[in-house]
Amino acid sequence: MNLNFPIFPDQASSMAWHVDALYLFLVLITTFFSLLIAALILFFAIKYRRRPGHEAQQIHGSTLLEIVWTVIPLGISMVIFVWGAAIYYHMQRPPANALEIYGVGKQWMWKFQHPGGQREINTLHVPTGRPVKVTLISQDVVHSFFVPAFRVKQDVLPNRYVFAWFTATVPGTYHLFCSQYCGTKHSGMIGEVIVMNPEDYATWLASGKAEGSLASLGEKAFQQYGCTTCHRPDSGARGPNLEGLYGRPVRLVDNRVVLADDNYIRESILEPNAKVVSGFQSIMPTFRGVVSEDEIMAITEYIKHLSPQASNPLNNRSTPTDIRDNEVPNIQEQNKQQNQQQPQQTPQGTRPANPSGKKP
Amino acid sequence: MSTAITAPAPVMPAKHYLNDNYGIRSWLLTKDHKRIAILYLFSISFFFLLGGSFAALIRMHLLTPNGELFSADTYNKLFTMHGVNMVFFFLLPSVPATIGNFLVPIMVGTKDLAFPKINLLSWYLYMAGGICSLIAMISGGVDTGWTFYAPFSSGYSKTHVIMMAVGIIIAGFSSIFTGLNFIVTVHRMRAPGMTWGRLPLFVWSNYAASLIMILGTPVIAITLILLALERGFHIGIFDPKLGGDPVLFQHMFWFYSHPAVYIMILPGMGVISEIVPCFSRKRIFGYTFVAFSSIAIAVFGFVVWAHHMFVAGISVYSALVFSLLSYAVAIPSAVKVFNWTATMYKGSIEMTTPMLYAMAFIGLFTIGGLTGLFLAALGLDIHIHDTYFVIAHFHYVMVGGMVTAYLGGLHFWWPKMTGRMYPEAPAKLAAIITFIGFNLTFFPQFILGYMGMPRRYALYPPEFQVLNVLSTAGASILSVGFLLPLFYFVWSLKYGEIAGDNPWKATGLEWETTSPPPTHNFHQIPVVTKDPYAYGEEGEVPVVH
Repeated sequence: MNLNFPIFPDQASSMAWHVDALYLFLVLITTFFSLLIAALILFFAIKYRRRPGHEAQQIHGSTLLEIVWTVIPLGISMVIFVWGAAIYYHMQRPPANALEIYGVGKQWMWKFQHPGGQREINTLHVPTGRPVKVTLISQDVVHSFFVPAFRVKQDVLPNRYVFAWFTATVPGTYHLFCSQYCGTKHSGMIGEVIVMNPEDYATWLASGKAEGSLASLGEKAFQQYGCTTCHRPDSGARGPNLEGLYGRPVRLVDNRVVLADDNYIRESILEPNAKVVSGFQSIMPTFRGVVSEDEIMAITEYIKHLSPQASNPLNNRSTPTDIRDNEVPNIQEQNKQQNQQQPQQTPQGTRPANPSGKKP
Repeated sequence: MSTAITAPAPVMPAKHYLNDNYGIRSWLLTKDHKRIAILYLFSISFFFLLGGSFAALIRMHLLTPNGELFSADTYNKLFTMHGVNMVFFFLLPSVPATIGNFLVPIMVGTKDLAFPKINLLSWYLYMAGGICSLIAMISGGVDTGWTFYAPFSSGYSKTHVIMMAVGIIIAGFSSIFTGLNFIVTVHRMRAPGMTWGRLPLFVWSNYAASLIMILGTPVIAITLILLALERGFHIGIFDPKLGGDPVLFQHMFWFYSHPAVYIMILPGMGVISEIVPCFSRKRIFGYTFVAFSSIAIAVFGFVVWAHHMFVAGISVYSALVFSLLSYAVAIPSAVKVFNWTATMYKGSIEMTTPMLYAMAFIGLFTIGGLTGLFLAALGLDIHIHDTYFVIAHFHYVMVGGMVTAYLGGLHFWWPKMTGRMYPEAPAKLAAIITFIGFNLTFFPQFILGYMGMPRRYALYPPEFQVLNVLSTAGASILSVGFLLPLFYFVWSLKYGEIAGDNPWKATGLEWETTSPPPTHNFHQIPVVTKDPYAYGEEGEVPVVH
């Protein structure tokens, strides 16, 4: 038993000290109020102990005091709320230039795929100084991706992609835990995050026995499953052209507009009839149980890399240019409009105030 | 009752609820709320000891990082059964079904609860639920965690999930019936003069808990029925493979299970609100604020459930809303703590065993409550969610708070329930041992949690061992503190001093009747003419006509 035990976790990400600052502030608040209450109780218990000649002095209460000890905790908790919310908001917004890594959780291991095609099991190599966004999915039950040294945690769901992002700061080896109970070997679903200097990381990437980049693996899968039969850039294709699709809005047969992101692509592979693109028949078979989560991730990466080619105009019968800014991808608004049986044309006055917003 | 001091030694009443009838039938078919409370007392003590032994095995297993004691599967079953037993079969019924069942009708000045047969039925349902859960345990156990998260519980676990769910659903109805009985009794059966403003705070807090019982409990039943349907008939509700949504399960589960922690803690707060004024010889400070803070907790408690789900994949905006609302529920709890403390100010304080428990409650609940602020703070919760920090927080509120209040209440009203005093010296010793053992068990877990040790781990990295050993050492002390009362309570039934009607010189209608009370509680229905907690006034106790 190592008696030289730590009581504070490593700080190895840009977020760590932000979280720790709030933690230490709360430790101070907790210590102060706990000691205050404990000291008062003990002091009263001794000073006003029952003894001959000492009578209790009846006090009914004090509205002023009640207001004071309602307002002060309220004020303090609002400070904590805003502080915590600010950190969380930052945690939920990955920078656009983040290095994208895909991760799959399954009973009981973590699998990671790098854009260069390197694959790892229960280890994750990342460079220092660069934001890393790990897009995660589970193959079975709910897991949770937890790196204490980064103060990062995200439940990994079996039905849609979620992400965790961090910027590692200190090279070293850190714990990766599954923190959502997932069955027999839950406590064995652990791994290591290995943080390296950018140079060491580049060396590691080069030494990896990659069979080609993730996108090229995706391209292979794309051909292997016969996706190219229908998803072609020519006008006779039976399926929508996928070039330049990623990150763009798509109009569906029911006139809704959705954003073609990772979750949309995955759903379209597994549940092709859920969201059929306007102008196409729902003829695609489901690939559930056929294609693995790793392959879906690779295919998505491949689709991301398909840029539109000038020689081949998009065959989508609803090209992205048909879609107005204010339709993107305000699905709830769309549904509301449909429910209210209003005309499809949105009045110009209801354009969202947010001028930047192509994304939600 | 200042005359009691000069009165001759108290004697047992000739006829009371315990000797009114004899035989097993007179107990199993009783409609007397006091006897039903005793039935509940025995049953929940059994489940407490069972859940406690699981906890002891868990702590023993965690002495070493490599888990030499049990297999991972066995460990998973142990923490699941510890949680299920303690939450559904001990904490939820603890104060309301035992002390509450015994006292609510007496405190409001009536002969029984509004629906005595439903009250008896509630005990039978509790037992039926308990037996289902025992069958599930004996036939191999359940390994889902007490939270039953889908799709693990609905499609992957190979254990007796449905049987356990059935047990919890049935026991849930006993909780609904208790809540229904309390609400109707408080509304319709108060003695003449017992206005809402004169209700003891114990009744207020049980009333608030009853609101949650009848509004929240059906939701857990629905959730578990859906879970059983998916598990048994593959109807897709929560499992994406069947077209369901796993996060939906979490929303439904916590919609009940968060308010449920207020079912557990509110009656405990009520106990403290009775003990502190009695042993300070003072009116409660800010009666109205303490009473309405119970209602505020019950109401706000329903709109904070998703703070269990900040990392579960809910939207940023709903996380912000639920974080904000979670702070709203913290304020009434803080108000209570300040009012209890202020009640002691300029009192005449006697450090009896119930008062020791009450003081321990105030301190430990303060720590438990304040560490809840850590978990409600979004950015910080991301790190400590599902770690031992949560375990420590939960146990500070539920053991440091609720179990402490329960033990305090049991000591406080033991003379009323049995007619005899418990022995003061061993009881004080047990209270102090419990306090020390508790803190040694659970304080290290806050540090473990911030270090990043996830909950529900059968094996753990070696750097966490020292804190785990401390925690296990604390648990062995804590178990002594919990077992001691068992012995001296039983001892006191025969050898305890005869208590008399009002050994604590307390206010409240329960101290106006004999100890133990007659089957119909009062020989004459009392008429209330005074405020509650009228300590320090002539005659002190409300007059009985």
